[in-house]
Amino acid sequence: MGQFIVSGPGAEAFLNRVLTNNITNLQPGQGQYTLLLNGLGGVIDDLIAYRTSEREFYLVVNASRIDADWSHLETQLNKDDEVMMANASDFTAGLAIQGPKAREVAAAVFGSAASFPEHNTILVTMTSDGPMWLCGTGYTGEEGFEFFMPMETAETWFRKIVDAVKAAGGTPCGLGARDTLRLEMGYPLNGNDLSETRTPLQAGLGYFVDLDKGEFTGREALVAQKAAGLPDKLAAFRMTGAAPPPRPHYPVAFAGEIIGEVCSGTQSPSLGTGIGMAYVPLSAATIGSTLEIEIRGRRFPAEVVKKPFYRKPSL
Amino acid sequence: MSNVPENLRYRDSHEWIDPTQSPSPVGITDHAQAELTDVVFVDPPKVGTQVTAGQQVCVIESVKAASDIYAPVSGEIVAINEALTGDPGLLNRDPYAGGWIFKIQSSNLAEFEALMDAAAYSKHIA
Repeated sequence: MGQFIVSGPGAEAFLNRVLTNNITNLQPGQGQYTLLLNGLGGVIDDLIAYRTSEREFYLVVNASRIDADWSHLETQLNKDDEVMMANASDFTAGLAIQGPKAREVAAAVFGSAASFPEHNTILVTMTSDGPMWLCGTGYTGEEGFEFFMPMETAETWFRKIVDAVKAAGGTPCGLGARDTLRLEMGYPLNGNDLSETRTPLQAGLGYFVDLDKGEFTGREALVAQKAAGLPDKLAAFRMTGAAPPPRPHYPVAFAGEIIGEVCSGTQSPSLGTGIGMAYVPLSAATIGSTLEIEIRGRRFPAEVVKKPFYRKPSL
Repeated sequence: MSNVPENLRYRDSHEWIDPTQSPSPVGITDHAQAELTDVVFVDPPKVGTQVTAGQQVCVIESVKAASDIYAPVSGEIVAINEALTGDPGLLNRDPYAGGWIFKIQSSNLAEFEALMDAAAYSKHIA
């Protein structure tokens, strides 16, 4: 991930002018999922913006988009904005602890007296191993937390965390596991499901766009698109028979015609079937409509389903 | 250590073939199934297809990747393992017996000699 610190008397107004969600809703210590758009309403990045104090914000962006985000933010900044921006990405590391035993791990690592980072919160704290940005967020659909720290302290933290995770019966894992978890939740991934040529409305992220908060980059395009009607929409589909796992870029057909391609696709470990997402015309996007995924020249049936694909049964 | 039975012959692309049976069953090795992780789909070849040694004949899919399977020897595909359709995980659980993928009627026995024996394959994956 990348980390930007945006501060100053004008930070709130500036971020509200470049991000889609309404940042004025955040109290110090709170965070929100939000999007950075270009002038045409296309998605440059999706990110979490946390308010660390009245005049300071911590942005966690996708690592692959650090340069694109940073240069876009610089072009949006005016001289009289009274905003300072710092890019901490090169010297910050991050770890995410996700899963039903995240509370147990947090208590083991931070002490049982420490409070668990609740959903969408941030706590900037000083520890004997240096400063830490402790966040009640993640991209798995599980309870959990993530934290960011100076790179030099990351190994110490990693070892502590892995010991605690193993003691709780967990295991270290990487982006492959994160990817199946986020897709089972129907969370989009930038580069697969989000791009500079499609808007958050097409991606089904309207909930994170506040068109009523005032002007922001891309707003006009979104308002126009809403009035004209969406050309297509990110639909979730599930393979209905025995089929290979759908993978990115496989052609998608509706009523016999190729209408698009798979954006994200995988075998869902929880469901035991292939799942994926694709941009399809609205006529094909209704729940229950039949799509076909073309895999090595053969078409396999799939059904448009509601997101999330999978929700863990509550205990 | 992965299991490499003595009685089989091996390709460097991790298929095994049983030269003691005719037609000869073909599958993927224990090492290959462990590397692929959970196999979730097998796209079998068509019975009756004539193949030459080294030709790509079918695809197996795991969560990680789609992998091509190559014919270890030339001949005709005379049978496919129907059990894999409903239970592709057989390839992981029982790669050398229940997890065979297809049977090939060899037309050139000399081609078996060009394949690796268990010792050579063990070295290949070491």
